[in-house]
Amino acid sequence: MSRTVLSGIVTLALLAGCSDSPPVPDSLEPPTFGIAESEKVSGSTFLTADSRALQDDDFANPGLLWVDRGEALFGADHENAPSCSSCHTEGMSGVAARYPAYDEGTDQLLNLEGRINQCRTDHQGLQPLTYESDDLLALTAYIASQSRGMLLNVELDPAALDHFENGENYFMTKRGQFNFSCQQCHDETWGKRLRGDTISQGHGNGFPAYRFEWEGFGSLHRRLHDCDTGVRAEPFPLGSETYVGLEYYLAIRASGLPIESPGIRR
Amino acid sequence: MTTIRLSVPDTATRDEIIEIKAMIQHEMESGYRLNMRGQYIPRDIITLFECFFGDELVFSADFHPGIAANPFLTFYARATTSGTFLFRWTDQNGNEWSDTADINVA
Repeated sequence: MSRTVLSGIVTLALLAGCSDSPPVPDSLEPPTFGIAESEKVSGSTFLTADSRALQDDDFANPGLLWVDRGEALFGADHENAPSCSSCHTEGMSGVAARYPAYDEGTDQLLNLEGRINQCRTDHQGLQPLTYESDDLLALTAYIASQSRGMLLNVELDPAALDHFENGENYFMTKRGQFNFSCQQCHDETWGKRLRGDTISQGHGNGFPAYRFEWEGFGSLHRRLHDCDTGVRAEPFPLGSETYVGLEYYLAIRASGLPIESPGIRR
Repeated sequence: MTTIRLSVPDTATRDEIIEIKAMIQHEMESGYRLNMRGQYIPRDIITLFECFFGDELVFSADFHPGIAANPFLTFYARATTSGTFLFRWTDQNGNEWSDTADINVA
């Protein structure tokens, strides 16, 4: 008798294991990264004291030119379209700490730039802004700057697991003529010298940022583009799904660091 | 759209030395750099900065190709009366950008 009951349970268990596709779990185990939590530091750690002071200066930080421009754009009325500020009356404090984020409506992973452009097309009836244009950088910087000092807090969304894994693969894959992966420099070799520079841990918490090398302001994707070019790999287009996925991986990897945008970087 | 950032104290006591800061968004393309095809990128720089208090010129500077992008100046003035500072940047082609800031001298 007891044997029959047992075999019945085993059959049920087997059937349950054969269902078509596993349900999306509500939450996932937090992923692990190549840098210990206790050793995680922002890119500004590797700057000179002068450059750090410039980043913290509420007037002289040149990135604030873009923040000012973003503030003006945010409040500007458009023909037949409401201004950003007419909806977002409470400001955007803390928003940048949660991006990139998965958007259910379009089944896309959106970074802050992508979210701004989605707002423009869906709610304002405006054309999306060109990636890396001064206007898109300015709006992104204005929104990000309202989260300055807040801790980056991007969690792995089960619905965006594919994007995370693509980002992780990108980070781990050797590429380019130099055959380097992101991981080799930014997980294994950070703190050591590469020519005249100290290798950072590769966190994006200061972006969009003012880089001395650019003598200008740029997005994280422009920085990724430079990294790819640096190892002589074919870079991806700015704003591409590949780079947004990598940005997602990096944001989860950098979670817990304070947002510094508009940051100052070499 | 060119962004200008100014820092002038709102108030000052008579004869106080005040610090004035002015920054403008500009490429300051030196004319010595090459593009991806090895051709010179044409020079495009601001050549003159002026600061007026009322009608009086209180500070000016000539800019040359060695000045970095987004030029940032700090200078000092003695506050005598309440009034308006006018800041004006002129580029090599005669284009001008300007902004003003008020000060109250007690």
